[in-house]
Amino acid sequence: MDTKKTPVHEAHVKAGARMVPFAGYSMPVQYTGIVDEHMAVRTRAGLFDVSHMGEFFVEGPGALDYLQHLTCNNVAQLEVGRAHYTGLMLPNGAFVDDMLIYRLGDNRYLAVVNAANLDKDRNWFMEHTRGFDVQVEDLSAAYGQLALQGPQASAILKELTAADLAALRYYSFVETEVDGTRCIVSRTGYTGEDGYELYAPAKATAGLWDAVLGAGAPFGLVPAGLGARDTLRLEASMALYGNDIDDTTTALEAGLGWIVKMKKGDFIGRDSLARQRKEGLTRRLIGFEMEERAIARQGYPIVAGDRQIGTVTSGTFAPFLEKSIGMAYLPAGLCEPGTRFEVEIRNRTAPAVVVPTPFYKRG
Amino acid sequence: MFPENYKYTKDHEWVAVDGDVGTVGITDYAQKELGDIVFVELPEVGQELKSGETLGNIESVKAVSELFSPVTGTVVQINTALEDQAEMVNQDPHGAGWIVKIRLAQPEELGELMDAAAYGRLVG
Repeated sequence: MDTKKTPVHEAHVKAGARMVPFAGYSMPVQYTGIVDEHMAVRTRAGLFDVSHMGEFFVEGPGALDYLQHLTCNNVAQLEVGRAHYTGLMLPNGAFVDDMLIYRLGDNRYLAVVNAANLDKDRNWFMEHTRGFDVQVEDLSAAYGQLALQGPQASAILKELTAADLAALRYYSFVETEVDGTRCIVSRTGYTGEDGYELYAPAKATAGLWDAVLGAGAPFGLVPAGLGARDTLRLEASMALYGNDIDDTTTALEAGLGWIVKMKKGDFIGRDSLARQRKEGLTRRLIGFEMEERAIARQGYPIVAGDRQIGTVTSGTFAPFLEKSIGMAYLPAGLCEPGTRFEVEIRNRTAPAVVVPTPFYKRG
Repeated sequence: MFPENYKYTKDHEWVAVDGDVGTVGITDYAQKELGDIVFVELPEVGQELKSGETLGNIESVKAVSELFSPVTGTVVQINTALEDQAEMVNQDPHGAGWIVKIRLAQPEELGELMDAAAYGRLVG
């Protein structure tokens, strides 16, 4: 399969980014270094090209009922101009994908999905339209997406738009012009910082990238790659599909009960989730810290005595917290903060302890 | 860019020989590839190593990478400064970021390593 390029590809190469294949795209993993970029987002601002993400537009009189059927969060409570995090659910209560849904109009929604799941998600959306008066259109190739994240994000974006950003609450969005380009601007992100995600026509995204970097330079804005995106989201304990959640982990096991709205009526996966909620969980996704100098990475076994009790789903050195952190599913009863266990790292084990999440919360 | 008086391996390590002791580190090319280095797992002083054997591991934010001993011999010193400042390997890979000193048991092995020009061509 050919590797696809985002609309901003040329600028990444010119900036000396290290490009890696990810979800079928050539993506920048870092420009100057993961730690530099991570710290820039925590203390100033970083700009990410996330144009690989998928955009599905869902429209029609049946759009609400259709999305209610497919997802676990309550779309009926979503006002125009608001977005929410949700799961595209399997009958077993696990995930086809996790995603954001934006309510663009009375009968018009935007679903933003993971690039790695784009084909699977599109098929899932299309296979389930029967019985609903709805049209689903995959416009992923027509849209670019940039994420401007960090404490200076608002000050930077203010230079480029007339929109009232101060009035834009977390998980709200406006359709407005940024540097003369019509965009959806939402106060969302995947870093644990304040910030914005901009959805722009693909043709205009490279120009927008340059404009935002230019406006942000006096504020210390730097381009940031997928490497920092991963360490930032993990410090903020946000799940990554394929690591921490997938088609075998239920929303409840993943600690995402807050997006499961049983009272909204029937939806795919509801019965399984209701049963699981009644019977209790046998395992849960927890956050942990290493107690000595070691990094627990995805796939490393977690042991108690000579028994494997779990597997690391994500793990890294957290640049802002300056410690090694990770996430894993552990058996119920071993999930309380303070519970100790060992991680198998090559030919030895290293001690770790369950800690409360999020690891990092902005002040 | 790569010191002329060092010897190099295809695993991107260097050896600087002084008498019968070889100082070992990773090259500037290797540190750039690894990115931000956060831990270096060092061997113990006195440990005997054969050429090609694992002598430690380097953990960067992104990945873990094994270090292979470029020579056969005994570890006589480890760079304990790296325990608190692993980033020295990024900052000065051919100098202060050295990793171990090994007393060479088979100095003739050095003849199999690359000189700076050959290594430069390998990574160029």
